[in-house]
Amino acid sequence: MAKTIQEINEKIRQGKAVVATAEEIIDLVKQKGTQKAAREVDVVTTGTFGPMCSSGIYFNIGHSRPRIKLGGGRVYLNDVLAYAAFAATDLYLGANALPDDDPRNRFHPGEFNYGGGHVIEDLVAGKDIRLIATAYGTNCYPRRKLETWINLKDLNEAVLFNLRNAYQNYNVAANTSEKTIYTYMGVLKPHLGNINYATAGQLSPLLNDPYYKTIGIGTRIFLGGGTGYITWHGTQHNPHAPRSENGVPRQSAGTLAVIGDLKQMSPRWLVGTSMLGYGATLSVGIGVPIPILSEEILRYTTVKDEEIFAPVVDYSEAYPGRSSEILGEVSYGELKSGKILIQEKEVPTASLSSYPRAVEIANTLKEWIMKGEFLLTEPVAPLPGVEAGITFKPLNERPIEDNRRI
Amino acid sequence: MAISKRVVLHFPSRLVEQPIIYKLVKDYNLVLNILKASVTPKEEGLLILELSGAREDYDRGIQYLTDIGVRIQSLGQNIMRNDARCTHCGACVVICPTGALTLDPKTRMVNFHEDKCTACELCVLACPPRAMEVHF
Repeated sequence: MAKTIQEINEKIRQGKAVVATAEEIIDLVKQKGTQKAAREVDVVTTGTFGPMCSSGIYFNIGHSRPRIKLGGGRVYLNDVLAYAAFAATDLYLGANALPDDDPRNRFHPGEFNYGGGHVIEDLVAGKDIRLIATAYGTNCYPRRKLETWINLKDLNEAVLFNLRNAYQNYNVAANTSEKTIYTYMGVLKPHLGNINYATAGQLSPLLNDPYYKTIGIGTRIFLGGGTGYITWHGTQHNPHAPRSENGVPRQSAGTLAVIGDLKQMSPRWLVGTSMLGYGATLSVGIGVPIPILSEEILRYTTVKDEEIFAPVVDYSEAYPGRSSEILGEVSYGELKSGKILIQEKEVPTASLSSYPRAVEIANTLKEWIMKGEFLLTEPVAPLPGVEAGITFKPLNERPIEDNRRI
Repeated sequence: MAISKRVVLHFPSRLVEQPIIYKLVKDYNLVLNILKASVTPKEEGLLILELSGAREDYDRGIQYLTDIGVRIQSLGQNIMRNDARCTHCGACVVICPTGALTLDPKTRMVNFHEDKCTACELCVLACPPRAMEVHF
């Protein structure tokens, strides 16, 4: 029954493609059986929406008269420090960037009300952004100061380029200490007061294609409300993580690097986010279509929350100390019930990833495909899989002796 | 008929040093539970109370407060959810101590029950997209 992406695209063009979300496919296969469903269904859509710190934008502001070389200078966007280390007018802004005068955690927990992620949201919302830059001046780029409003519509290029998104599974965070702690996994109350998790579970892209059999470099995706592409595996991509029998990793594993034109994205799907006591970041919406090329690929997409397990990690001690000790393993089915039993205590659970938004992404992508507006792409190269032999390396610190020269 | 309501009282600076709460108890037979108080001498005072008592006593007590110049708001008005910013992640539901923020198990959307909110404001900074707003 094997189908090809070209055949599926032909059906999409004719408006005849059969598409289901990764949630709908579970019941559909239960009703029809794998064989029949694999013949009928062409695409399964996935979605995830949550804070993704390794996100950012690069953009080109155009040349001022007289010219200024921002590369090597200092540039602020709404007081948030941008990265100015390219040519004259190219900048990068990361989601975690902060204004110089943000008190950070001087008064703990810091609020982090406005950072890079918020500038990105404001920019994509069409708001004017205040750019203030200083440079050192050269013969060809004499200007040393620039203060101007910039707006997305006037930029030559504005591109969302995220180094690591859409983690395939993730830690579940707890706190066994005596004090409330403030983490990138949210506020964690003492004595296992609550437990926070951070993936969309059965709807999450890489949990539906656990061995990256269809998702690869060049895959066209839903990104930030527009379309984008997978450019590479994300940083910390770790396909070698332990897996269940269904192939699904039991801890954080694969990741994606993604890219897309910011000008066609929307602030609904790129939301400036503040993690109390941790920092500013960006919540990103991503959806990946999975072409149902075989029964095997279909079977992977039928994974349920009850079949996806994640480790519960103590963020008061094990995580900061980089210990691999875990408090236990739980399924997303248990996590989504609102409470789990851990160390004989019933602990309420909360999510940092929005499931309703993940559903909306999967449905939007489904609609685009059914209307013939979104064609699938053939990956130009696969993501490194289990066989790639990647080991996820910690930092091996080497002391710097006083007398050693570079 | 007995009644129990949560109210927010704003005191102008001239009233801050008067024993108004004492009068509510003594003259109007009201039972009160202070949920939040922020009183700075010579400046404005803010008090969030749960007031219980007979309907008639409650009405007279509120009349007394209004007459002496206390501005009264009902509690639900003060903590608001900016629905345009809420992404329904659910990070707030384990933070809210009174069950005013809950997750619908079917839709997995976050519901805000204003009647259960005591305006403790714990959700305000714990909300990642900062959708919970204080309007006193």
